[in-house]
Amino acid sequence: MSRTLSPPSPAAPAAAGAPARRARPPLGRAWIAAFFLLPALILLGALVVYPIVWSAIRSLFGPDGFTDFVGLSNYTGVFTDHQTLVALKNNAIWVVVAPVVATGLGLIFAVLTERIRWGTAFKLVVFMPMAISMLAAGIIFRLVYDQDPGKGVANAVATGVHDTFFKASAYPGAHPRVAGAGSGTLAGPVGGPYTSKPVRPGSGPAALALVGVQPSTLTDATQAASPSGCPQGALCGTVWLDFQPGGGTPGKIDPGEKSLAGVRVEAVRDGHVVATATAAKDGTFALPASRIGAAPLQLRLPATNFTAQYAGVNWLGPTLVTWSIIGAYVWMWTGFAMVLIAAGLAGIPRELLEAARVDGAREWQVFRRITVPLLAPVLGVVLVTLVINVLKIFDLVYVIAPGASQQDANVLALQLYLSSFGGGNDQGTGSALAVLLLALVAPAMFLNIKRFRKEKSR
Amino acid sequence: MTTLQTAQDAQFAATARTASGRTGRGAAARAARRLAGGSTRLVLLAVALFWLLPTVGLLLSSLRGPMDIQSSGWWTVLTKPAQLTLHNYTNLLDNSTITQSFLNSLLITVPATLLVVVVGSLAGYVFAWVEFPGRDWVFLLIVGLLVVPLQVALVPITSLFGEIGIFGSIVSVVLFHVAFGLPFAIFLLRNFFAGIPRELLEAARLDGAGELWLFVRVVVPLGGPAIASLGIFQFLWVWNDMLVALIFADPGSAPLTVALQQQTRQFGTNIDVLSSGAFLSMIIPLVVFFAFQRQFVNGVMAGALK
Repeated sequence: MSRTLSPPSPAAPAAAGAPARRARPPLGRAWIAAFFLLPALILLGALVVYPIVWSAIRSLFGPDGFTDFVGLSNYTGVFTDHQTLVALKNNAIWVVVAPVVATGLGLIFAVLTERIRWGTAFKLVVFMPMAISMLAAGIIFRLVYDQDPGKGVANAVATGVHDTFFKASAYPGAHPRVAGAGSGTLAGPVGGPYTSKPVRPGSGPAALALVGVQPSTLTDATQAASPSGCPQGALCGTVWLDFQPGGGTPGKIDPGEKSLAGVRVEAVRDGHVVATATAAKDGTFALPASRIGAAPLQLRLPATNFTAQYAGVNWLGPTLVTWSIIGAYVWMWTGFAMVLIAAGLAGIPRELLEAARVDGAREWQVFRRITVPLLAPVLGVVLVTLVINVLKIFDLVYVIAPGASQQDANVLALQLYLSSFGGGNDQGTGSALAVLLLALVAPAMFLNIKRFRKEKSR
Repeated sequence: MTTLQTAQDAQFAATARTASGRTGRGAAARAARRLAGGSTRLVLLAVALFWLLPTVGLLLSSLRGPMDIQSSGWWTVLTKPAQLTLHNYTNLLDNSTITQSFLNSLLITVPATLLVVVVGSLAGYVFAWVEFPGRDWVFLLIVGLLVVPLQVALVPITSLFGEIGIFGSIVSVVLFHVAFGLPFAIFLLRNFFAGIPRELLEAARLDGAGELWLFVRVVVPLGGPAIASLGIFQFLWVWNDMLVALIFADPGSAPLTVALQQQTRQFGTNIDVLSSGAFLSMIIPLVVFFAFQRQFVNGVMAGALK
C-alpha cells in the first residue's frame, strides 16, 4: 500500500494517529449505497412488507374480495369457528409443550455430553434431524407411528411391553358351545373365564371343547389328541377346537380337528387355584397329582386366553395425534437447543463449578444453583426461538396427520393454508389468520429490535 | 483473522474443546464420579440409539421390496438380511416425476442460495460501512422482518405473481425464497462485516478504491466464513422447503418435497416410493451437513430468533 503516493483525501484525518473523526462520505457514496441496496429493498418491499399491509387490509373484507367490506367479522369468525378454535387450542399446546420439552432435553444432553469422550459424535446424532426436511421427518414418523404393530416400531414396542406384563392372548373369541350337543362341559360369561363342572381327579380325560375360531387361522396347530399315559392320580385332558369343515361330532375329538395349544388351564378348588397347566402341541394337558389331591375340583380356562389381542396405541388417532406430532418435532429440534446450550455451557467458567464441588455441593445442586442460572440468557434465546418456530408449524402436521384426524391436529398455519388454498377459498379469513399469526410473533420482533439496539449501544 | 471471528464462531470453537481439566478431589469422589460416568455413558448411548432409530427404520424400509414392506416391519431385516434390495431406488430413478422434481429442487435451491448471498452481501456491506440518512432505521426494520411468518405473504403474493405472469414457475419459488431469506442474510452479514477492521477499508479507500472494488476485493474475501454459513443455511432451508413450493410451483416445476408430499395421500400402499424418495431427498442435506457441520451450526446459532 503506497500511502504516500496517493493523493490526500479531504475526508481523511490530516494527522496520522489523531482520533479518527467520522469520515464524511463523498457525494458519490449515497448513489453507490442506493445501487447496492436496491435489489434487497425491492425484494423485501414487494414480497415481505407489501403482503403484510395487504393482508391487514384484506382481513377486513369477505370472501368475495375488496368490494365486500365486513369490518372485524373475520376476526370474530376466527374466535368462534370450531375449526379455528381447535387450531388455536392445539397451537397453545404446541407453544407450551414443544419448546419446553426440546429445551429441557437439550439442556440435559448438553450437560451430560460434557462428561463423555464421544460427546461430539452424540451431538452429531441428535443434531442430524435438523438438516433434513420436515417432509422427510414426517414420512419417517408416519412409519414409526404405523398402527400395525407388525410395521410401526412405536406400536411394536408398545405391544411388546404390554404383552410382557399381560400375557398375549392366544385365541381371542374362542368359547364353549352354549347350546345343543357338546355344550355344558364349560360355562361362563362371554370372554371367559370358562369353568367346568366339578370333576374328580383320575376319573378319565377331561374334554375341554371350544368353538369360535376359524380353523384356517390355526396354521401351526396339529391334530388334537386324547391324553395318553396319564400318571396315576393326575388329571389329564385336551383343549381343542371342536369343529372342522363339515362338522364332526360335538364334544368328541374327530380326525381333522385341531388342538388349541398354549391355552392355560387352572385347577380350582373352593375358589383357589391349586394347579395350572398349559395345553401342549396336541392340545393335551396334565395337572399333577401332587398338587391337586384327590377331592373333586373345577377346571377353569382364564379369560386371558380369550381377550382380544392388544392392538397398540392409536398414535395418530384424534386424541393423541397432536402429541405424537409434537414428539416428532422434539426429535427434530432438541439438537438445536442442545448445540446452543452447549455453546453457552462452554462459556461458563469451570472454576466456578469446581469451587462449588470442592465446597461439597452435589452434582444436582451445582446444576440447579449454578449451571442453570448462568445459562438463563441462552435458555431464554432458545425458548423464544422455538416458540416462534412452533407458532409457524405447518409441514409436520400436514404430512403426519392422516386425513381422518387432520382436523384434530389442526394448527393456525395449517388452517390458514386450508382456508386460503385448500378448498376453503376464503382469503378474508385466511388474511385474518395471517394477521393473527403476525401478532403472535410480534413480541419476538420487538425483542429482536431491542436486543439489537442494546448490542449496538454497548 | 482472529478479530474477525464472530462471537458464535468463538463459542463454537469453545464447545469443540469440550470440558477439560476437571480435577477430582479425593479417591472416593473420583470413584463415585466414575461410577456416575458409567451410567451417564449408558444413558447417552441409549438416547443416541433411540435418536437414530427412526432414520434407520426409514433407510431399512427403503431397502426392502414392496411385498416385504407390506407384510412385516423393517426390523425383520436384522434376521433376514436377504430382503435387502435396491429395487425401490432403481424404480425411483425410472419414475420421471421424481427425477424431474429432483432436478427442479436443484434449479430452485441453487439460484435461491446464490441470489440471497449476493444481494444480502451487497446490502450487508452498505449497512455496515456506507453512511446514508436513515440507515439505522431501515436496518432496524429489517431486523424486525426476521421473524415475519412467510405464511403472511402466501395469499397476496399468489395474486401478485399471477398478475405478472410468473405464478407456477420456478422463478416465482426462487424469488419468494430470496425475499424471505434476505432479512436473515442482511442481519448476519452486516454484523460480520461490521467486525472488519476500519483501517483495512480506510487504507483501500485512500488508495482510491471504489466501493465495488472494496466490496469484491476486501469485504467478500474477509467475510468468507459468514458467507459460507449463510450459504449453507439458506441452501438447506430452501432444499427442505415444502410449503412455498406447494403453493407457487405447478406440477412441472414442483421440487422433490412437493412430489413426495403428493404421494403421502395414499400412505400405506406406497411406502416403497415414499421411503426411498424421502431418503433421496435427505441425501443432499446430509452430505452438506456432514461436510460443513461447523458452518451449518454457526448459521443455525446466528439464526436463533429467526
